[in-house]
Amino acid sequence: MARPKIPRKSTNVDMTAMCDVAFLLLSFFILTTKPKPSTAVPIDTPSSVVTKKAPEKDLVLISLNKDNKIFLSTGDSKADKDSKQAIIESVNTNKNLGLTPTEIALLTKAPFIGVPLAQLKQQAKMSPDDMNATTLSGILVKDSTDNEMVDWLRGVKDAYAGRQVNILLKGDNVAKYPGFKYILAALKKNDLLKFQMITNPSAIPAGSVLYVGIKNGTIKSAD
Amino acid sequence: MAEMDTSSGGGHKKGPGVKKGKKMSTRVDLTPMVDLGFLLITFFIFTTTMSKPTALKLNLPADTKDPNQQNKLNDKSALTILLGKENNVFYYEGQLSPNGANFKASNFKEIRDEIMQKKNNTDTTFMVIIKPNDESNYKNVVDILDEMKITQVGRYALVDITPMEDQFVRITEGEPATAVPAAPAGKK
Repeated sequence: MARPKIPRKSTNVDMTAMCDVAFLLLSFFILTTKPKPSTAVPIDTPSSVVTKKAPEKDLVLISLNKDNKIFLSTGDSKADKDSKQAIIESVNTNKNLGLTPTEIALLTKAPFIGVPLAQLKQQAKMSPDDMNATTLSGILVKDSTDNEMVDWLRGVKDAYAGRQVNILLKGDNVAKYPGFKYILAALKKNDLLKFQMITNPSAIPAGSVLYVGIKNGTIKSAD
Repeated sequence: MAEMDTSSGGGHKKGPGVKKGKKMSTRVDLTPMVDLGFLLITFFIFTTTMSKPTALKLNLPADTKDPNQQNKLNDKSALTILLGKENNVFYYEGQLSPNGANFKASNFKEIRDEIMQKKNNTDTTFMVIIKPNDESNYKNVVDILDEMKITQVGRYALVDITPMEDQFVRITEGEPATAVPAAPAGKK
């Protein structure tokens, strides 16, 4: 009996299509991820079990770095930059700093505010590339009475009057507690009683109440 | 599309007069490239999701000078946690006795059990008071706040440390008692 001729097929699969897909996905991920925000003030945040993502708009970010220097910045969007300008203008009028419109514009362009009120004019002259945690001395917060964060947060309150503002605190692991305490005091003084602390996500310890609760469905999340 | 000559490798019969100029395949094996592509994708996915920060919410109590509006706390249902330098944790239940008899040392690993034990032995008025001293760092405070989430303690407050408590912490940490003035005037 003659065997029917089975045409031999190549086992080679054309990889071109798969390659296309891989690189398409790759370019998608690269383009959608946001570059890390300015690293001029490196901060190593502590971790927590909460899963709520940090907000990305209408934010005011207070950074507390490892040398207990305090910096103030806002989001990168146009609306947030406008708010930043409003904050600076408000502080300028409240404290009679005498900043010119050009200086205010320059400070708005700066990635963050990180000098005592008296030195704002100097910071305005600096190029944004030169601004980092070592060149700037941080917002002046010596003790609970000599606390310029109170003035800045008053500016924040004025700029966001009637609007929701997300106040974020980004503190470094090794920052000392007093710095944090003065920020809290300044927030309280301005009646800004809700704020959020930026943390790194971490796993919920097994066996804890929260762990068991989430497993049973009695607790939705740690937030 | 990418295939240009598919039959070069096969048994293609040439005419008798044609010299065998060896035809090289124009096909490139794309498998390594696909591997590389997916490797990079995995890398990007992992690095991006890891660094997404989360936000721990904290609501501050409004400052009231009026003592009638201040929250009165049942002495017995409170657990006070004190934070000192080098990740030291101390705690006491109820009110601190003047001689420090109920002042105990702990650490970040064991404090959870203490909180749970106290929580289970107390009614719903259970409250945790967190008092960091000036030597403690930001990480300690966030860790303890995080511990409140883990143990599901709904009532907790961040309160300034009193001079007496601060002294207890410092003495326990091995600081000579003389280094702490009896009534620290500058302390807040």
